[in-house]
Amino acid sequence: MGKRVAKEVSIAVADAVAQCKVDVVSAYPITPQTHIVEHLADLVNNGELDAEYIPVESEHAAMSACIGAAATGARTFTSTAAQGLLFMYEMLPIASAFRLPIVMVIANRAISAPISIWNDHGDVMTMRDLGWIQTFAENGQEAVDLVYHAYRVAEKAMLPVAVNLDGFIVTHVVEPVELLDQELVDKYIPPLKMKHKLDPKKPITIGAIGVPEIYTEARKAQDEAFKASYKVVVKAWQEFEKISGRRYQPIETYKMEDAEVALVIMGSLAETAMNTVDALREKGKKVGLIRIRLWRPFPTQDFIKALGKVKAITVFDRALSHGATGGPVGIEVRSALYQSNKRPKVLNLIGALGGRDVTTEDFEELFDRTFSFIKAKPRFAYEIFGAKE
Amino acid sequence: MLKDQGLMSWKELAPGMYILEPGNSVKFKTGDWKSHKPVLDKEKCIKCGQCYLMCPEPAYEENEEGYFICNLNYCKGCGICAAICPKGAITMVLEEA
Ligand code: SF4
Ligand code: SF4
Repeated sequence: MGKRVAKEVSIAVADAVAQCKVDVVSAYPITPQTHIVEHLADLVNNGELDAEYIPVESEHAAMSACIGAAATGARTFTSTAAQGLLFMYEMLPIASAFRLPIVMVIANRAISAPISIWNDHGDVMTMRDLGWIQTFAENGQEAVDLVYHAYRVAEKAMLPVAVNLDGFIVTHVVEPVELLDQELVDKYIPPLKMKHKLDPKKPITIGAIGVPEIYTEARKAQDEAFKASYKVVVKAWQEFEKISGRRYQPIETYKMEDAEVALVIMGSLAETAMNTVDALREKGKKVGLIRIRLWRPFPTQDFIKALGKVKAITVFDRALSHGATGGPVGIEVRSALYQSNKRPKVLNLIGALGGRDVTTEDFEELFDRTFSFIKAKPRFAYEIFGAKE
Repeated sequence: MLKDQGLMSWKELAPGMYILEPGNSVKFKTGDWKSHKPVLDKEKCIKCGQCYLMCPEPAYEENEEGYFICNLNYCKGCGICAAICPKGAITMVLEEA
């Protein structure tokens, strides 16, 4: 068993990355990710981590360096947030199309303007279609475990993985965290062996032109690999449970067995929501919670199964898709339900934007609204929750 | 039915669309879409090789007589060789369809 220590989550995440024996860390510091890469820089500087630390001049270069390094067979890490992620944008689909097992931690932060350093999921939602496997952590322990998991998955599926942590709320709190014993990490994440890589002794070309006669096929091949990664993800969690005793699934449910209404949410706000569920359950209200841990590839079947017998759900989004039929998660959920026989009413609220607090009382109100939504006329669009009129 | 336009099945592609056979670009004639081609006037040519040096493709090859001859399979018709030639020995002419 690993040792349980109280640590700032960013530091614990960096320690986990170091335990994964990365060869290259390339990053540009941006709040609220800074502590992660700073600590990694310390570890490299102190000789505790035998890796190249590339202090680049921008996030675009950070991802470029990871791509170049990963293509030679190196294990890589980077981390970013908000505008930094957007600055990386051009390189993100290249990492996935090249099938490179890059791992990135995104300390989720609202995007500008107005400038906000606080948390929501607006940043990562911009990259949801770019072929990165994406997981969302709820707390510090999960953040650390999802880092181990990310390397396992990335290198088995040969696809990049983004681990999302809520900025400040998760990254900057001190929590009791259990890091795995090094020998278990070594077993779970053996040295990276790539079938094809850049090697002067065995030259190959990566990044050739894709004329119209081949581009479609290239994307189809990538998409098939991406969809197949679902199984890799689930298997990696099962194997993780064997070594750590900690169980993870693409969709987590809380008190859903007999729930009539449910809240659907991602990230750390689920902890607050769980308290609300407990409080309402004590009052005899049949409420439940569904938390999406694996966002891409979207676990449609698990999600539909998780719904149980609910009559109405509220999807609580942490990002806007201006002028769309819902927030990103709301759209996803409605689309999944359309093909299913199980079709509860869906209320889609967008809230906790730019660090706005959402309390247990807010969630109580939200559950009340979900109950009254069972009989209400369906509403197709979304609503921004908590905006002062 | 959509017209079959694909070169090969997606299943046959190497992961990441890597090209595992280096140098296979020689198999692809890349100059078939040009609209103009260079034509050499050997009378004027002084065999200085600037066309050969400056061609971005590079499409020129030297023959036994020392002339630089353009391989039209690779020329993209940019006209740099014609512009650089100190003797005006190269003329760009319209490709016939
Ligand atoms: S640049 Fe002109 S003169 Fe010189 S080798 Fe080419 S064609 Fe001949
Ligand atoms: S036209 Fe351009 S590509 Fe063609 S031979 Fe001249 S320099 Fe080379």
